[in-house]
Amino acid sequence: MDLPTHDVLIVGGGGAGLRAAIAIAEESPDLSVAIVSKVYPMRSHTVSAEGGAAAVIKETDSLDDHAYDTISGSDWLADQDAVEALVREAPEEMIQLEHWGCPWSRQPDGQIAVRAFGGMTIERTWFAADKTGFHMLHTLFQTSLRFPSITRYDEWFVTSLIVQDGRCQGVTVIELRTGAIGAIGARAVIICTGGAGRVFPFTTNGNIKTGDGMALAYRAGVPLKDMEFVQYHPTGLPGTGILITEAARGEGGILVNKDGYRYLEDYDLGTPLDVSDPNHPQKRTMELGPRDRLSQAFFHEQQKGRTFQGPHGDYVHLDLRHLGEKLIDSKIPMVRELAVRYVGIDPVDEPIPVRNVVHYMMGGIHTDIEGATPLAGLFAAGECACVSINGANRLGSNSLPELLVFGRRAARAAARFAREQPGPDPSLLEARAAAEHRRIREQFLDVPGAESVAGLRTELNHALEEGAGVFREGSSLQQTYATIQELKERFGRVGVTDQSRVFNTELVAALELDSMLDVGESVAYSALARTESRGSHQRTDHPHRDDSRFLKHTLAYRTDGEPKIEYLDVVITRWPPGERAYGKA
Amino acid sequence: MARPDPGETGATVILEVFRYLPDDEWDPRFQGYEVPYHSDWVILDALNHIRNWIDPTLSFRWSCRMGVCGSCGMMVNGEPKLTCEGFLSEYYPDPIRVEPLAYFPVVKDLVINLDDFMAKLPAVKSWLIPQDPKPLSEGEYLQSPAELAQYKRFSMCINCMLCYSACPVYGLDSSFVGPAALALAHRYNLDSRDGGQRDRAEAVMSHEGIWECTYVGDCTRVCPKDVDPAGAIQMAKLSYATDWVRSVLLPGRKRR
Repeated sequence: MDLPTHDVLIVGGGGAGLRAAIAIAEESPDLSVAIVSKVYPMRSHTVSAEGGAAAVIKETDSLDDHAYDTISGSDWLADQDAVEALVREAPEEMIQLEHWGCPWSRQPDGQIAVRAFGGMTIERTWFAADKTGFHMLHTLFQTSLRFPSITRYDEWFVTSLIVQDGRCQGVTVIELRTGAIGAIGARAVIICTGGAGRVFPFTTNGNIKTGDGMALAYRAGVPLKDMEFVQYHPTGLPGTGILITEAARGEGGILVNKDGYRYLEDYDLGTPLDVSDPNHPQKRTMELGPRDRLSQAFFHEQQKGRTFQGPHGDYVHLDLRHLGEKLIDSKIPMVRELAVRYVGIDPVDEPIPVRNVVHYMMGGIHTDIEGATPLAGLFAAGECACVSINGANRLGSNSLPELLVFGRRAARAAARFAREQPGPDPSLLEARAAAEHRRIREQFLDVPGAESVAGLRTELNHALEEGAGVFREGSSLQQTYATIQELKERFGRVGVTDQSRVFNTELVAALELDSMLDVGESVAYSALARTESRGSHQRTDHPHRDDSRFLKHTLAYRTDGEPKIEYLDVVITRWPPGERAYGKA
Repeated sequence: MARPDPGETGATVILEVFRYLPDDEWDPRFQGYEVPYHSDWVILDALNHIRNWIDPTLSFRWSCRMGVCGSCGMMVNGEPKLTCEGFLSEYYPDPIRVEPLAYFPVVKDLVINLDDFMAKLPAVKSWLIPQDPKPLSEGEYLQSPAELAQYKRFSMCINCMLCYSACPVYGLDSSFVGPAALALAHRYNLDSRDGGQRDRAEAVMSHEGIWECTYVGDCTRVCPKDVDPAGAIQMAKLSYATDWVRSVLLPGRKRR
């Protein structure tokens, strides 16, 4: 295999990766840029984002309001300088997408339309009906085709980072179509591989979300930050975990328990207004509270026995009937399409069964505000990274502007870095490619294997759900951590039965499981160490927020034994930590 | 490790799955797998059951399992389908035959080679070519809901390749630009912000472009996202013909 080198190599071709690639192609056309991804760009999970993307555009809105909503939503764990950068740069990024052809939904006068979203003071969420991520991804992908200078390695799986002389100089890869194992050199690498929801058994995330990029960085000595913060979304379809967008509530949908009662009013989220009231839905109130509080409320309803019981677990009802067919079809058509197809329920006539489902990793690869990790030459952006703008709880519709703003920022920083570096020595790439070839053969292909990938993966999924779900405690986390250690040991006995080189998805699944074990370990261990409750991290044995000890980011470093945990102060600029108040409008 | 999974009342269903490995000693063949029957399982669930618990060597692509990533298109009983959208109950109790999408080279098992489409997409310039370029500081282009509705349907393509697999013209001659790429070109031509129709003409109007379509309409029939590529191609024929007449009769007019 040829061992090419690029100035900037982007791992992952979703929203963040494509935005970064276009930024380099446009702003630094003399640099060679490449995207390497285990899937074609349009298969990336950005495609599944539904409800919208937040950015201040209306005259009645303000950057400070967007920042405050994000910071209070994060339970004050977001870095405020990063949040200020996000809200400042998001509007231009969104207009840029518009100029590239994104079919944003419009007002009658032709201006961008915005909708309400959870935890936001005012309507500021741009949307393309309820396929916002799909349209953003395809707009970015098709725009990227304009730039022949962007090289793509579609369906190449990255197996490790090449680190030499204290900096990242490329990656080792498997070309899935041929099975060839090689290397791609780079002066700078940006990881944009998205989240890791698949470490849990019940998730909105697609099959590809296995945390590969997080694990690549973690193994190269880069800390994973705030991994204990896992977002549960309150409205997934039972059985499949398919997401029913928060936009359904932004448009006025309500959540009721099995008694038909709007239970959120029992959880400090304000008082409900009747659905016919012109002020319904109220911002930052009831159904428009933040996701952590809503998923915790669901859990409590479950404990009280006030949820429905179904073959795929307990659920409540998301009732959209009062919205009417016309609004449903124009604003949230995919909700109807998904509910009809996958649970046989037409939301025009019947409420949709929904339950908590793992949705998003607030944590990720530790980066600064420019997307740089502590490892020279390595950058990260999007869900795989933790800047952090999301802190202990991300607000819905902040992840799409995040991948644009920080995808571009990381691209600029990586381009600057690449200009100052020599390329990797070809002999380094050859040596690493050969070593990786040997490792993969010996570890996975030349051994009979007593353990199966699917078996271990299933056990990992359940260990995380049991110990590190919406509510955690020390003993359950300890048990989950111990189980993961045992699974890691058993992973050494996994053998890949498929001996073919061509498109060996069993080998890919084994490598993905390896990543998931590292990510799962960092989640459980970081959660164990944080003896407080904040945002999405709720410890029943430490039920209160403790700013004196934990107004800090967790940094988990991989070692041969237990992860090493360090803490880093949160950046506070203008919003001192306060009480998160919802429903007090 | 077998997962205890009796299916509903112990019922099962047979999947006859196409197997192929290049350079292998055996010819392409079908392999039968018996999987538990669940009325709420889609075909993709059954394929995952096979790969997880029966035969991990089976290769296929999938990700979102909600009909939007476009990865899992296959021939199901001879029809192109997203396997995450087709339920076992539509076929039960009969066996279900699963093959790679027709008219594409097969990489392995159910995995097809997409190179052809990936080259055609940039050939038709499937991106916005602004009619009146302006800086970002001037804000968004205004676009009324009616203008959005003009092209919205054709922007819903998930690149799943079902339409190519249904297209007899593409089946005979793979140089045909094909339904999805032509529909996307048309999507931009219809966008009120776009002025690139003539830039796209070379690929769209070429011998391999819109004029090769014989309007069978199978692309539209199998499209899982209701894009209507056949309609797009017919509209494009009319639009380009009109554009050509106009360019002859009214030279020097603003490009559209």
